[in-house]
Amino acid sequence: MNSFPIIRVVTKLVIPYILLFALYVQFHGYFGPGGGFQAGVIFASALILYALVFGLPSAHRVAPPKVMEKLVAVGVMIYAGTGFLAMFLGRTKADGKWEGNFLDYNTLDHHFFPDILPHGQHLGIFLVELGVGITVTAVMTIIFYAFAGREQVK
Amino acid sequence: MILIDIAVLTLLVATAFSITRIGDLWAAIMFTGIYSFLGASWMLLLDAPDVAFTEAAVGAGISTVLMLGTLALIGKPEKRTIKLPVVPLLVVVVTGSALFYGTLDMPLFDSPDAPIHMHPDPGYAEITERDIHGVPNFVTALLASYRGYDTLGETTVIFTAGIGVLLILRKPSENDDDEIENEESIS
Repeated sequence: MNSFPIIRVVTKLVIPYILLFALYVQFHGYFGPGGGFQAGVIFASALILYALVFGLPSAHRVAPPKVMEKLVAVGVMIYAGTGFLAMFLGRTKADGKWEGNFLDYNTLDHHFFPDILPHGQHLGIFLVELGVGITVTAVMTIIFYAFAGREQVK
Repeated sequence: MILIDIAVLTLLVATAFSITRIGDLWAAIMFTGIYSFLGASWMLLLDAPDVAFTEAAVGAGISTVLMLGTLALIGKPEKRTIKLPVVPLLVVVVTGSALFYGTLDMPLFDSPDAPIHMHPDPGYAEITERDIHGVPNFVTALLASYRGYDTLGETTVIFTAGIGVLLILRKPSENDDDEIENEESIS
């Protein structure tokens, strides 16, 4: 669709807002509707729109397939890693005993600007939703790449 | 409000009928996109904006694009079958009546006694404020904290689905071709 100026211009205008909305849904999910999955899907749809209008090669330059493939696993790792972090940090709470549980974010409390930076449950939910968002964005994008990269079977 | 409900539901049914009756696959895919948007509007009317987001982005956006991509590979016209589809009709009728029968036991819409409002304990809305500071939206709190395991499982499902699609559909690139040839020569 490279040759339609209206589509090109409108797409370029719209994509930043789609990305911004995805980030809003991701990071505002504690206050309003939204969360990692929704944000990831919206973010991926912006990438797919870009690929549709400007062609698959340009999309591959923006979001290289190799990077996206790795991000699929990185998201799940952030999620599970938050769980393990909460578990291992639990040790410092009580004298030498393992008090922390997997994905129990109460142990993520800290006293480093607690008014500004999220901590405890808030921090845990933030990290977990970030992991979900990254995985969903990457999965949706690579599925699209897999479909769009194939040629017609004769 | 009830007028909007009726209008959206009527449009949903009309779109569904059009999808089944239309022969042109390209038009049918466009209709499924419309159907998803109507579904998103319906979710919004049911006060579920999260689900509406997801439906609009996945149903109307990404899956429509994926189906169009598939259509580009397989060709446009639908293959017409001449014989009367008795078995599919039977399956649809039986499943449909079973679903209708199931809805009879469901609580009325907006009923405050519905199980979904009674279990889990309605106190979740209250204990969220005590347990989880800084997260007023207790849907997010429930999904990410109280039911963190569930959401981890869901994320793993998405991860697995992505890997599966990648393994089945990925076009082998030049580097991979070399590796495959090497493996073949070894074996």
